[in-house]
Formats: sequence, structure tokens, C-alpha cells
Amino acid sequence: MAELQFREAIRDAMDEEMARDEKVFLMGEEVSEYNGAYKVSEGLLDKYGFKRVIDTPISELGFAGIGVGAAMNGLRPIVEFMTFNFAVLAADQIINHASKARYMLGGQLNTPIVFRGPNASAGQLGATHSVAYDSMYAQFPGLSVIYPSEPDDAKGLLKSAIRNDDAVLFMESEQMYGLKGEVSDEEDYIIPIGKGKIKREGDDVTVVATGKMYHIAKQAANELAKDGVEMEIIDPRTIKPLDIELIVESVKKTNRCVVVDESHPFGGLASEVGFLIQREAFDYLDAPVRRVTLPDVNAPFSKPLFDLWLPGAKNVIDAVNAVTYRN
Amino acid sequence: MAIKIEMPKLSDTMEEGVIAKWNISEGDKIEAGDVIAEVETDKATMEVEAFDPGTVLKILVDEGDAVPLGGIMAIVGEEGEDISDLLKEAESANGESSSEEKSDTGNSDNEKKKESSDKKEFDPILEGVDSGNGKEKESTQAEDQADDDGRIKASPLARKMAEDKGIKLSAVDGSGPEGRIIKRDIENYKPAEAKKEGTVQVPSFASEEDEEIKISQMRKVIARRLSESKFNNPHFYETIDIDMERAINARAALNEISDVKISFNDIVVKASAMALRKHPEINSSWLGDTIRKHGDVNVAVAVAIDEGLMTPVLNHTDKKTLQQISTETRELAGLARDRKLQPEQMEGSTFTISNLGMFGIEEFTAIINPPNACILAVGAIRDVPVVKNGEVVPGKRMKVTLSSDHRIVDGAKAAQFLNTLRTMIENPLAMML
Repeated sequence: MAELQFREAIRDAMDEEMARDEKVFLMGEEVSEYNGAYKVSEGLLDKYGFKRVIDTPISELGFAGIGVGAAMNGLRPIVEFMTFNFAVLAADQIINHASKARYMLGGQLNTPIVFRGPNASAGQLGATHSVAYDSMYAQFPGLSVIYPSEPDDAKGLLKSAIRNDDAVLFMESEQMYGLKGEVSDEEDYIIPIGKGKIKREGDDVTVVATGKMYHIAKQAANELAKDGVEMEIIDPRTIKPLDIELIVESVKKTNRCVVVDESHPFGGLASEVGFLIQREAFDYLDAPVRRVTLPDVNAPFSKPLFDLWLPGAKNVIDAVNAVTYRN
Repeated sequence: MAIKIEMPKLSDTMEEGVIAKWNISEGDKIEAGDVIAEVETDKATMEVEAFDPGTVLKILVDEGDAVPLGGIMAIVGEEGEDISDLLKEAESANGESSSEEKSDTGNSDNEKKKESSDKKEFDPILEGVDSGNGKEKESTQAEDQADDDGRIKASPLARKMAEDKGIKLSAVDGSGPEGRIIKRDIENYKPAEAKKEGTVQVPSFASEEDEEIKISQMRKVIARRLSESKFNNPHFYETIDIDMERAINARAALNEISDVKISFNDIVVKASAMALRKHPEINSSWLGDTIRKHGDVNVAVAVAIDEGLMTPVLNHTDKKTLQQISTETRELAGLARDRKLQPEQMEGSTFTISNLGMFGIEEFTAIINPPNACILAVGAIRDVPVVKNGEVVPGKRMKVTLSSDHRIVDGAKAAQFLNTLRTMIENPLAMML
């Protein structure tokens, strides 16, 4: 095991895959000469040259389209967005082409492309730069959505994503790039897409959280453990396909569930998990499933409002107390 | 040649059309291009034109009725043409759906159609993760809840736990919001604590496990033969009370000199055999076309064994002495208990006796042992007050009940037999005649 930053784990994954397969290339704003806006691609230009580490103009729709075209023609592009908030401009390429080309052309070609970059809010960046897109993209057939929470997951899953023959959205976070964690030094470390992980075992409540929210859940777990409440934290890691079996098994043990979701409440990961649990584990529920999400309000800029807006450990603790009938 | 006019596809999504109006009647001459009907589809009311000229031979659907896509609405041809083949075809093609639809009233009909088209929209293939299965589960769950005991709020888990433990939810106090019964309430539930003033607490008991037992061969035979007998033979029952005073004395006297112990059962067997000789209609079998009065009197004795019961047969019972009957009965009963009876030792009975007197049973009715006409059920000898010469004195009585197959034996015949039997037992000396 080696301790790596989240950004290093992502770089290692890209580096290994680029070394393994010359069809893999990276492009995006500032990825090449500047070594990445968040230094994720640091060193890749030196190693692979301008042909495989390509700086693009500030034109998301344009370079996403180049990526989709390249994928259709047999390459394996990694398209970096400076944030998924900017990828809205490329949504036509992602939603209408990357996800549907193989389907509409009867399987005559594949779109092995990874769109990656930071997702959701990262402090006071204003309403248009603070949106979580994981649940939205999970709506679309033909797209896989990954939102890892720790460097180890990021490395294993990004390697899987690059090798995947259909389009994958790989979500990161500006606030997590510096996060350090043990990363497996197993050669060719692969985590299959669609496999969740029990990150903390407990008997009292199942808490589902991924990405940045996993760390919020972990804080809540540490607090609640002092009161003798043991949270079981499941990190699905992949939003879609979702490892609902793992979640349901856990809920059958704990009888209660809280989903922590960085999206707005309507039709997101939390509502999907809640629905599936009531369908698959109805008789095992001792309380209605609770969720912790953003409010149905755009991100505020003001610091006090922003802090209220973003889910924190306190919200998770309150939800756990509610489903365990404490108070 | 006659041709069918079929329900055309008037919209991309229609599955059936309703005849809004017929513009033609049977016998009308029509030309190609004539508007013959107006049809309501899922989208609009559309005109249907005739493609071929001819005479309307048959209109198969009434106005207001629905016809599936391609269903036959009418037949057009030359006057007088034989269209029976086409009619048959129309019947089998339209048959099911149209008869179903007709039985419904207009309103519910529409409902039904709506429902089925709704279902189509939620095609399981398109629905992805949310499979049809899940839907079914959901709806049954909803029903379960509605069926449950009214307004008691309980979590699904608590409900299930209570059911498994046999705890009535109404007896549990809920500690959740708005009194919702939750897991810990069921776990902490103690029946005694749930006591309410002025009411008696009925404890609930966890149900013990049931045991499924494989049916033995013997049980199968008993089940089959006795069911057949009870369900096919019209049974009737007559009971007679027998004074046992003299039989008791006679038995005591006989046992003083006999090498083998004579039981009351032996006396009943012997007396029955002698009575059967005098009433051959009781000693009979129903053979369907004929009734067989048996030449021999062969009394079977029901013997209880662990796995069930067996009926070994004492052949020529009427000709045997009490000692012989006693010895043979004991032997056969022993063999029966050891499961060593040979088939021939269980065959050929003409009458059966079942005795539960040793268990203190006062009287009972037995099911006839086929192919016998009758069976005698023997009760216990009881000490009873009897009236003798106007005074109440202690007496000994035994009740016997004869079950008879009414196809063979009538009430009076059975009564006569029972009277002879009583005379024999009440006057043991009569058996020597």
C-alpha cells in the first residue's frame, strides 16, 4: 500500500492505462502544458507528448465532440472537464451521442470514452458552479456514472472506466484532490464498475454515501459511535449501475437506512435508493428511509447560507437519530 | 367470392376500434370507396371505406362494440353466396374478445381498455430496473397493509416480528412517532405488562412447529378403504343395551374350568357368529348386481396396532368353541401386532367386530369394513342403576352399536339381529342350543 493523494491516484490510473494501450489519450483545458488545472495530469505531457496529452480551447461542446468522434473511430479518449458544471455545454455530445451511438447504430461501433472532472460544489463558487450532476447523468441509459470517495477507489475504478467500451462519467471533487489515502500497489489494480463497498461495519443503521458525502457520513459515524450508535456505511462508488444488492443486504441487518446525496432532492440517488429499499426490503424496515440532500434551492454564494445549504455531519446525525428513534 | 371487411389500422397506435356507426345494413349494395362505417380509434373517429363492391351479406359487430385490429366486421359478396366458412372464421377470430367485452357494461369496458393500454406504456423491457415483478410486489404489499388491523401504526419490520412471534399489535404500545410500533417495542414486549384494567390478559403463545408425516402404506389402505366405505355405503346405526349380569357369571364359571381364559370379547364374537347364522342377510356382501349371502360365518376382529389397525379373520366362527375362539383371537392379535399376519389371515371376513370397551368407551359407531354389510361396535360394561321389579338396583350393562349398509340391510332386519344377539349374551346357555 502506498499513501497517495486523490489527484495522484487518478494520474497513476491514467498513466498506467496510457502505457498499457496507446489508443488512450487525454484532452481538455490546461491538461497538457499547464499540467492540469488541479495538477491531476502532472508529468503526463513529458511522458506521452503532445499527441496524447492535448490542450483544447475553452469549448466544451467542441472537444467533447472530438472525443466522441475519436471513440467511435476506435480510440479511447479521456476528456477532462475543468468541472462538470462546464460540461453542461457538452451535454449534447454526452447525452445524445456518447450514450446513444452504439444503440442507434445497432452495435456497429462503441463509444469507449471517459468524461472526467470535478463534480458538485467546492465552496463559494456561486450557483452555476456548484451543481452535482451525478444523479442527472444516471438518468440516461448508456452512461455509467462513477463518483469515488477515496484515492484507492478512484484508481481502481478509473482504470475500469478507461477500459469500458461504453461512455463513463467519472466524477471527482476539487475539495478531494488533496485527500490522502492508502492505495493498493497491486499491479494493474482494477475495481469493477457497479460494485459498492462496506466502508464501516455497524448494526444500527445503514448509511449510503459516496463521493464527498462519504466523508460527511464518516464524521457523523465517529460522533455517533461515542453515543454507542454504530453506523454501517456503504459507499456504492458507482451511482450507475448501482449495487443495490449490497445496500439491501445491509438494510436487512440494520432495519434502517439513511442516504446522503449531494444532489437536490427530486429524483436523485437518494430517491432511487429509497424506492428500491422499500421494494426489496419492505418487511425489514423499522423506520421510513431518510435522506440527507441539498435543499431544492440553488447554491447560495453567501458563506453562512452556503454552510446551511451544504449537507454536513449534523444533518446525517439528525437523520440517523430519527430512523433509530433516538431523542 | 365473399370477402371479409376487417378492422383497418386507422392510427399508428390503435389496437382495436369501436364501431361508432354503421352506414350500411345487411342486403345493401355497396361500391368501392363508399363510407361504410365510422370507427372510433384511440385517437379519433375515422371513416372506413369499402375496397370492393358487392352486397353486404353479414354485419358481425354491433354499433358500440370493439373490434381488435384485423378482426372481421362484416362480410361482402354476391347475393345468396354461402358464407358459412367465413362466419366460422369470424367466430373463432372475434370469439373470445368480443364475448368478454359484451359481458361488461360500457363504462367498465372503457376502464378496462384504459388499463390495458396503460400497461402497454409501462412495458417491462423499457422499464429497466423497475421490472414488472416489483410492481406486483408493491401492490400486494399495499393490500396487506390495508387488510391489517385498522389504524395501528407499526413499522413493516415490527409488523412482521409481531406476526412471527404471535403478538397482537393491538396489545403493544408503540414508542415511535405518533405511537408507531417499532422493532424495540416488539423486542421488549412482555404479555403481562400489557395488562389493561378490567380485562383479562389473554397470553399469546408462539406456535409450535408442525410435523409432516409420510403416509405409510397401511395408512393409505385404511384411508382408501374406509373413505370408500363411508362415502359409498349408506350407513345407519342401531344401538342396543345388553344386560351383562349372566354373561359375567357364565364367564367366571367357564374360566374356572377352561384351560384358556375366555374374555367378554370372545363371548361377543361367539354370540355374534351364532346370531349371524340365524340372520344370513346380515352376513352378506353387496356385489353391485347381486347380494351375496355368505355360506360361512367368518368374523373379523379389529386389532389396534401402533401404525393403525388390522382385521384378522376367524374362519367358521360359528362352528368354533369359546376356547378355540379365545386361543385363535389371541394368536391372530399377536401376529397382527408383530406385523406377521399373512394376507390370507385377513381375507374372507363376512362380519367385523370392533371393541373399545377396554378403554371405557360407552358406545361408538364404526365404519363398515368392506365388503361386509355390517360392523358391530362394542362398548364397555358399565355399572348402572337398573329398575328391577319396581326397584332401583345395581346392574351391569353393555351397549353395542351395529352399523349397517342400507343397500343390503334394512332397519328392522338389523334390529332383529341385535335382539337375537342380546338374547344370546343375556342367556349364554342359548348359545349351546
